[in-house]
Amino acid sequence: MTAPLVGVFALQGDVREHLRALEACGAAAVAVRRPAELAGLAGIVLPGGESTTMSKLAVAFDLLEPLREAVRGGLPAYGSCAGMIMLADAVLDGRPDQETVGGIDMTVRRNAFGRQVDSFEADLHFAELAGPAVHAVFIRAPWVESVGEQVRVLGTVPGPDGGEARIVAVRQGNLLATSFHPELTGDTRVHHYFVDIVRGQV
Amino acid sequence: MDRESHPTSPDYLSVRSELSSTSAQPSVPESAAGVTGVTGTARVKRGMAEMLKGGVIMDVIDPEQAKIAEDAGAVAVMALERVPADIRRDGGVARMSDPDMIDGIIAAVSIPVMAKARIGHMVEAQVLQSLGVDYIDESEVLTPADESHHIDKWAFTVPFVCGATNLGEAVRRISEGAAMIRSKGEAGTGNVVEATRHMRQIRADIRRLTTMDETELYAAAKEHQAPIEVLREIAELGKLPVVLFTAGGIATPADAAMMMQLGAEGVFVGSGIFKSGDPAKRAEAIVKATTFFDDPDVIAKVSRGLGEAMVGINISTLPESERFAGRGW
Repeated sequence: MTAPLVGVFALQGDVREHLRALEACGAAAVAVRRPAELAGLAGIVLPGGESTTMSKLAVAFDLLEPLREAVRGGLPAYGSCAGMIMLADAVLDGRPDQETVGGIDMTVRRNAFGRQVDSFEADLHFAELAGPAVHAVFIRAPWVESVGEQVRVLGTVPGPDGGEARIVAVRQGNLLATSFHPELTGDTRVHHYFVDIVRGQV
Repeated sequence: MDRESHPTSPDYLSVRSELSSTSAQPSVPESAAGVTGVTGTARVKRGMAEMLKGGVIMDVIDPEQAKIAEDAGAVAVMALERVPADIRRDGGVARMSDPDMIDGIIAAVSIPVMAKARIGHMVEAQVLQSLGVDYIDESEVLTPADESHHIDKWAFTVPFVCGATNLGEAVRRISEGAAMIRSKGEAGTGNVVEATRHMRQIRADIRRLTTMDETELYAAAKEHQAPIEVLREIAELGKLPVVLFTAGGIATPADAAMMMQLGAEGVFVGSGIFKSGDPAKRAEAIVKATTFFDDPDVIAKVSRGLGEAMVGINISTLPESERFAGRGW
């Protein structure tokens, strides 16, 4: 099987960790900072980082529109944390001028779990993944406030208020997003799942 | 290097046990019944710094500057009482920022807010944690509060960044719990020569480690005055186990890009922005140059029309007593 070419949006964030995880899953991974570098990609990952910075740089370097077009045109995409925000159609608690790539019919609340002192690790059940629970790392993480009918919820954790379960993993068609950072744990199952989406196998 | 494996120093017990009931140790949120949600782990502390990579963190003294920094694309702001250039000019004791000012900065921006505490001043750090800052810089730019000891950073939920001039210093800080390292440079000078020296030194020290056998690593531990366990980890990884940023004297987009080419994973800019002619424009240019650090066309483009850079100081004219980089032990 040939290795699919998967890009990692590389204007800012933990790009290296995603490149490494994708390579470990049999993809050919490449950093993307310029519109021309989108050519030939079979999928793209939007990494963790600061979503306001990513948004601003994507506009300034003319990457946002081509990326929107590519995602609208069916390019599989996976976003972790800030990347989840970038794939959301609507953002709460963002900057007024914050632009997203969009594509997933969901509303995401930025920094919803709190500030850095509230960042946490927790095990969660990730639908579609075999094996033990996914050990998830949440860093100033967003959660999904609401989803449209086309969106499948793949994982939740209890909210900080103890009550309501919060959505932290979703899929809509070829688009995947998690509030947490699988690229930080060495468990590559989420990236494998995305590469399988890229290959059209799941 | 988990918090749990770190020995407790007896003379610190009373403070530590009190802290542990609230925030010091990794704790399960009471609310998260049935879930193993753990805060303050080495992984979430170091992971936070991973998310800042490729970005610029800007010194700010008030909410207005913080907004300018956020508008320019900063990944975080660093709250401090005075920028280093003013600390140099005014002299006196430089301390943690006023809590009201920090509250104001936190309220003004949505990006992470860091704040500086004096070296060894664990109570300033406790206050900053209680205010909800996202990262603490135990910084040589402020007047040291302890001339032998740094803060026991494992005792906190909030992560710390510390400065270093060489590998030994970086590893000592990591062994005390720092979750991020930055080169010290010479803050408030607008002169990158010291940041260059420190980045080159740290990277060269790491490269040498990777060629050593086990016996040589023991000798290296003596040479660097640093724990063998962390050095062994660095020798295997070929990099620090935490993110390495640069700081101290960065004043232009080209300075920032140079530090990135020397192996920095991101950039702190202090006086360089708000002591220049057009802070908003310069801040944005430094952000862009950091992202495209290897593309001279972009750096050339963003370097145009920035107005005056901060004047700067020749380090060789600075008396030893006025150099910040020598602070830290």
